[in-house]
Amino acid sequence: MASTKRIAKEFADCTTAPPPGISITLPSDADLHTWHVTVTAPPNSVYAPGRFGLILKMPTDYPFKAPTINFTTRIYHPNITNDSLGNICLALLKSENWKPSSKIINVLEAVRNILVEPMPDDPLEQRIADEYKRDRAEFEKNARAYVERYAKGTVNFVQAPDPKDDKSKNNDKNSGAPAANPGRAAGRQGGSGSGSASRPAPPA
Amino acid sequence: MQAMMNKDAAGTIPPQTRKRKAAEATTSPTPDDTLPNKRPQLTSAGKHQLEGPEAAPPTPLTTTTSHNGNDSHSDADPAADAMDSDDDFMSNLSSEDDMIQEDDSDNDVSNPEDFDFDDEPDLDSGNKDSQQTMKRNYLDIEFKVYRPEDIQKQQDDLVDEVNMILDISKEEAAILLRHFRWNRERLIEDYMDKPRQVLDAAGLAQTAADQPRLQVIPGFMCDICCEDGDGLESFAIKCGHRFCVNCYRQYLSQKIREEGEAARIQCPADGCNLIIDARSLDLLVTPELTERYHELLMRTYVEDKESLKWCPSPDCANAVECGVKKKDLTKVVPTVSCLCGHRFCFGCIYTDHQPAPCELVKRWLKKCADDSETANWISANTKECPKCNSTIEKNGGCNHMTCRKCKYEFCWMCMGLWSEHGTSWYNCNRFEEKSGAEARDAQAKSRVSLERYLHYYNRYHNHEQSARLDKDLYMKTEKKMVELQKQSGMSWIEVQYLQSASQALQTCRQTLMWTYAFAFYLARNNLTEIFESNQKDLEMAVENLSEMFEKPVQDLAQPGLKVDIMDKTSYCNKRRVILLEDTAENLAKGKWTFNVDLVSGAPLVNPTSAPGTSSRR
Ligand SMILES: [Zn+2]
Ligand SMILES: [Zn+2]
Ligand SMILES: [Zn+2]
Ligand SMILES: [Zn+2]
Ligand SMILES: [Zn+2]
Ligand SMILES: [Zn+2]
Repeated sequence: MASTKRIAKEFADCTTAPPPGISITLPSDADLHTWHVTVTAPPNSVYAPGRFGLILKMPTDYPFKAPTINFTTRIYHPNITNDSLGNICLALLKSENWKPSSKIINVLEAVRNILVEPMPDDPLEQRIADEYKRDRAEFEKNARAYVERYAKGTVNFVQAPDPKDDKSKNNDKNSGAPAANPGRAAGRQGGSGSGSASRPAPPA
Repeated sequence: MQAMMNKDAAGTIPPQTRKRKAAEATTSPTPDDTLPNKRPQLTSAGKHQLEGPEAAPPTPLTTTTSHNGNDSHSDADPAADAMDSDDDFMSNLSSEDDMIQEDDSDNDVSNPEDFDFDDEPDLDSGNKDSQQTMKRNYLDIEFKVYRPEDIQKQQDDLVDEVNMILDISKEEAAILLRHFRWNRERLIEDYMDKPRQVLDAAGLAQTAADQPRLQVIPGFMCDICCEDGDGLESFAIKCGHRFCVNCYRQYLSQKIREEGEAARIQCPADGCNLIIDARSLDLLVTPELTERYHELLMRTYVEDKESLKWCPSPDCANAVECGVKKKDLTKVVPTVSCLCGHRFCFGCIYTDHQPAPCELVKRWLKKCADDSETANWISANTKECPKCNSTIEKNGGCNHMTCRKCKYEFCWMCMGLWSEHGTSWYNCNRFEEKSGAEARDAQAKSRVSLERYLHYYNRYHNHEQSARLDKDLYMKTEKKMVELQKQSGMSWIEVQYLQSASQALQTCRQTLMWTYAFAFYLARNNLTEIFESNQKDLEMAVENLSEMFEKPVQDLAQPGLKVDIMDKTSYCNKRRVILLEDTAENLAKGKWTFNVDLVSGAPLVNPTSAPGTSSRR
């Protein structure tokens, strides 16, 4: 397969001279298409000194199709879904922007960058984006509380089993938010759209 | 820009706007006794019109279809209906004169002055010059449907023309036209001015040395696949970003096959925006992709023009041309109808949503989706009988429910006693606004807001669902009618009135559905009463017809009921046109006030605090 040589080269580049704050391992030597990435938050970001696990997957027609990235460490961020899926919205990964010569290393740098500079105008979590814009202190407080709770200690790479679990989480005490309850919007009744990626597309 | 699309027609015949008035023409409304006429009856043609030249979009279109669905004329005169079908309309595309005559013979043109006198001949008919002064109805949307062969022909004509004027090959003309997004005027102007630059920009380099070609370059390594073998063929466009031919082809294949791009594919290099020119594409696109590639190239013709849109129906390859621009969408709801039968909004491509303007539809759908959990419980298909609490499933479109167990008769929508509806008829289309005292309480306020939404949502959803159920019912009935035909000797033609009734029910329910979304955002003023009264009348007519439609098949075949159904069908269609004309006129004249801004992107105002709901009536 054409992509093997390319991926092997990218993996070698990323591991021999890794970009700052990023380290990569292969969960299985037999499969070059899945990488485990640990991102250490830049010191000038609100997430420092948190360490975040990411799973990066390259599709079979990589590099003609963009890789996918999921945060396996919970994070409080406008552009990353506040759930166990950890979906991330990156312009670089959109099909209209991805080019076959785009490189993983640039993607990972972009990921680390949005930890410093979130993009609240292109959010996956509208509520967090609003908070980021309106009440920065509150946002930072919540973001730090998440780091405290989830992003210290051993980095995990366990991916969410069921995408549907997002819905029930409101009542799920076990997966709940830190004491400050920065997680779900309080007082939201009737289950309206604070959820993550379930926004409906309006008619074109 | 417009003139080039249809140069034969341009300038010769002014926009022709005509209107069928068959809705008013033959059948008189049946349930007159139940329905006091609260206001003068409008016709689809007569009342409110404005001068064609200023109202009509500046297109060279010469044909107009009046666009009230398949309704306004369908029952009055089946023969005229057949003659007037879209197929005939299309077959006359090339001959506008015939078209006009055909229309005239239809005798559906009217002036405000003469509409009351049905036997007065239309003096205008047959006189082409007088078409210029034809009046326009607010509900009329001028549009034209093109089949794939029509679209192809228009492109070919343009290519031929540019080929002749600029003295370049047809192939080059096509590339240049696509490069200029089919703007013929700009192409010709720019080309006359600086031909070399134009050819360059479009990738039509003039010297043989610049021709795109595959090259083998020693020491080359492809940045995509990282291959570097000897004899590896590679390719680059003007920017010099070079990749191996396999990667180039795979990239193009993905763009063409999966992403549906053709005319504007960028260089595969990260961050390079240079468009791959047509010559290079011709060289690289593999034979199995050629067909798709050319198909996509053809699509650019439609996609590059604001006045052309594809019919969104999945299996339809037609395009519709309409002069309504984005900025007009606060004034008009441009429903168009494709030859395939699909009726959609030219503004937003969503299925017909008259009378609600596009922006309201967008907001409404978003609101419904956001509030889906709340909405879910209402949308359940079962309700308890208000009297004996046994569960009742709604299995037809009609709102008149009878509990199987206790025989209690009630209204599905408001759960009220049906007999009360019988005398005061429909009390259920309007949300009774809450008193100011209650609204002052913050908690009550949010409850009122929710209740208000649920009120409209309930009715919206009910009609949506009923339309589906009516359709199911028709399918079932159709099957039984086939059997009945065998037994009773009725002909297929003789049972077609059921088809018309079913269509009327669905079209009218579609309209009713959107009247509730419309009403949700509508602020109260002196015109809303008329709107609500029209809404009520249409709703009543629809429920009436729906109820008849649900009768057992044996009853349906009886001549008396058949006539009744036919009458009710045309009455429904008429009520629908009346409602839509009223809303369309007021929309065009800016007489409605909405709780939200119709210019998209404006912040959503909480309807509770909007003038329409807080003011006391
Ligand atoms: Zn390039
Ligand atoms: Zn290659
Ligand atoms: Zn169609
Ligand atoms: Zn629309
Ligand atoms: Zn009962
Ligand atoms: Zn009712």
